[in-house]
Amino acid sequence: MAKEIRIAIAGNPNSGKTTIFNNLTGARQKVGNWPGVTVEKKEGMTSYNGHAIRVVDLPGTYSLTAYSLEEIIARNYIIETQPDVVVDVIDASNLERNLYLATQLIDLGVKLVFALNMVDIARSRGLVTDHAKLSVLMGIPFVSTVGTRNLGTRDLLETIVRVAEDRESVSRHIHIDYGLELEEEIEKLQGLIRTHTSFPDKHHSRWMGIKLLENDEEVTKQIEKGPGKREVFDQLEKSKAHIHNIMGEESEALVADRRYGFIRGALKETFQQTRRDRRYLSDQVDMVLTNRLLGFPIFIFFIWAMFQLTFTLGQYPTDWIDAGVGLLGQFVGEVMGAGLLRDLIINGVISGVGGVVVFLPNIFILFFCIALFEDTGYMARAAFIMDKVMHTLGLHGKSFIPMIMGFGCNVPAIMATRVLESRRDRILTILINPLISCSARLPVYVLIAGALFGARAGNVIFSIYLIGVALAILMGQIFKRTLFRGEIAPFVLELPPYRMPTLKGTIIHMWDRGSIFIKRMGTVILVGSILIWALSSFPMAPNHSSDPGVEKQYAAQREEFQENTLLGRLGKAIGPVLRPLGFDWRESVALLTGFVAKEIVVSTFGVLYHVGENSGEESESLRSAIRSAMTPLIGYGFMVFVLVYTPCLATVAAIRRETGSWGWTGFSVGYSLTLAWILAFIIYRGGLILGLG
Amino acid sequence: MASRKLSDLRTGERGIIERVTGTGRFRQRLMEMGFVPGTEILVEKFAPLQDPIEYVLKGYHVSLRHVEAEKIVVRDPAQIGEG
Ligand SMILES: Nc1nc2c(ncn2[C@@H]2O[C@H](COP(=O)(O)OP(=O)(O)O)[C@@H](O)[C@H]2O)c(=O)[nH]1
Repeated sequence: MAKEIRIAIAGNPNSGKTTIFNNLTGARQKVGNWPGVTVEKKEGMTSYNGHAIRVVDLPGTYSLTAYSLEEIIARNYIIETQPDVVVDVIDASNLERNLYLATQLIDLGVKLVFALNMVDIARSRGLVTDHAKLSVLMGIPFVSTVGTRNLGTRDLLETIVRVAEDRESVSRHIHIDYGLELEEEIEKLQGLIRTHTSFPDKHHSRWMGIKLLENDEEVTKQIEKGPGKREVFDQLEKSKAHIHNIMGEESEALVADRRYGFIRGALKETFQQTRRDRRYLSDQVDMVLTNRLLGFPIFIFFIWAMFQLTFTLGQYPTDWIDAGVGLLGQFVGEVMGAGLLRDLIINGVISGVGGVVVFLPNIFILFFCIALFEDTGYMARAAFIMDKVMHTLGLHGKSFIPMIMGFGCNVPAIMATRVLESRRDRILTILINPLISCSARLPVYVLIAGALFGARAGNVIFSIYLIGVALAILMGQIFKRTLFRGEIAPFVLELPPYRMPTLKGTIIHMWDRGSIFIKRMGTVILVGSILIWALSSFPMAPNHSSDPGVEKQYAAQREEFQENTLLGRLGKAIGPVLRPLGFDWRESVALLTGFVAKEIVVSTFGVLYHVGENSGEESESLRSAIRSAMTPLIGYGFMVFVLVYTPCLATVAAIRRETGSWGWTGFSVGYSLTLAWILAFIIYRGGLILGLG
Repeated sequence: MASRKLSDLRTGERGIIERVTGTGRFRQRLMEMGFVPGTEILVEKFAPLQDPIEYVLKGYHVSLRHVEAEKIVVRDPAQIGEG
């Protein structure tokens, strides 16, 4: 067998990269992460004519500057691993802009194949490209593909192999001509980089020279670290000043301008638009969907439908899973002898894994809907409509989806921040998302408000939701002004044409995101659940027996036992911190267990007030116990505390996963605890002063 | 010499990009997306709340916020010039 061929797939977002990648690799792929970052890395294998081909999917980018993480990843992969061939997926119906990335790949000096995708759309729009001539002009083979119909895949593989083996006749290395003035300076820089620094390669040094003229931070840093930096930077200053002098324009703008100049030159003789200014179907659909009057109602309907599907339809499978997990626990309880191991398996492992699995229906339905929005092109329109509103909160139009999903569950909501391109927007949205009150917090409100506020419970609960939204807006403003100051990425949002999605494509997108949840969060939540189980089980209760008579007596002793467990002691230990809020040790323990999941707060109260852990939020005996233990003022403070502090372990895992940083995760937990404490303090102490206690 | 800000153009109006003001990342990103001098640009529509604004250039649709469109200088396509 011949040597393995390593290829990387580059391309603009929406060019059909995922589709082409799947066509090439089929099901043989694995999803991972790029080292050290949370951007997904997909890798797959295929073979053609006895050649094994390893395919790596690079992040979709418009360019290869050092401004965005995705772009740095893409270009560093190409520079560091030197793939045998880079396949650039180009949207034939949007040729000019898509070729911009291609010019930068040419600068990098890699062997290229262009997959000219979406030729079906281009053809229906009357766009005619002379591929053969363009291939020769650019020195790069073009292969026409229609990703959705798997057309051109064999041709693409054939061409890849030919280019990898240097058998392709049109392949030759061309230079983008940056014009006399720039070329002179590029040459000077290239010369100095080759002779004075540790980058002697001919193509690479030219690329670095161009990047320096573009003020590229990464390349500047690389030169700074090595020898010869003085010579290079001195020349760079002179070059930039010289260019500015004679051209009256910054060098970085000229570089971009020249690339488009090159593209225009290449397309002049090879590209034709046979029909002009026709209204496409896509534009007509858009006239309705982003209509001044209809746009918002339609958008709200779609979000409502997504919400309903995710949480109402998703409730059925969730209930089945819940029941299944319960049955499994029961079954294990019957077949295993009483003891520590049984306890660990039932209350630690099964309920821990169960806690992960119950999220699956919601998450997969949600991701299916989001994939549908993205694949049809509607997501960009949703951002277009909502941007004005979200921008006043310091967020991007696309942040709307994660925020609204938060009312259902913060875990998929935080995972939905993936739709945001800028890391700043993503982290800001992740930080304020938990303030949106998820459905798991509702039982706590129902219990407390139901017990303490009687007929006014509904309004009280509504006020808690409003406080959550107000806090999200407020914290968004504060974070925007403190943590995320500085240059904001421009909005510049592409509005791709509406496309008919394919079921396969949408399912693949859904699976890519959903499977990460299972893999990454599963372990964190499992470990956390076992930890909480251990804390609430040790030291062991006396008389641990399965005899029904003893069990009953044992139940009566549980409060004492609970008080003595590590968790109970921890609750007592943090008691002094929570005392100023009017909470006693029971509330402290309930809040501690609430870290795992908010609905557990209710069952913890059940245990601590001897009414049994199976009494729900509607239970009258539990309510009367709450009434005798809390004043309405304390109860209100408690609900606000529950609203604000970290929603659950799964959310923590999601934050860790999506920010890729323990720092931000810790910050999120820390700030929400602090904020919860301050608010509950103000409510309790303020209320006392006002005589509401 | 009728140079105007792109943000001043109304729905259906066209302009030829003369230059992009602003600095650094913002400016480079716009240029990468095709906002280079000599490019024809069409105002497709305003969002329901008037901001952002959708444009068509180089055969594709893109939207910019009003404050961003203010930084782009365009001239009337009827005027003679390159492009
Ligand atoms: N008509 C048509 N649609 C395509 C083609 N290739 C991909 N698509 C669709 O274009 C959309 C975006 O494709 P995707 O592969 O997700 O793009 P990516 O963002 O570059 O990964 C999806 O709805 C695809 O089904 C094609 O050749 N022709």
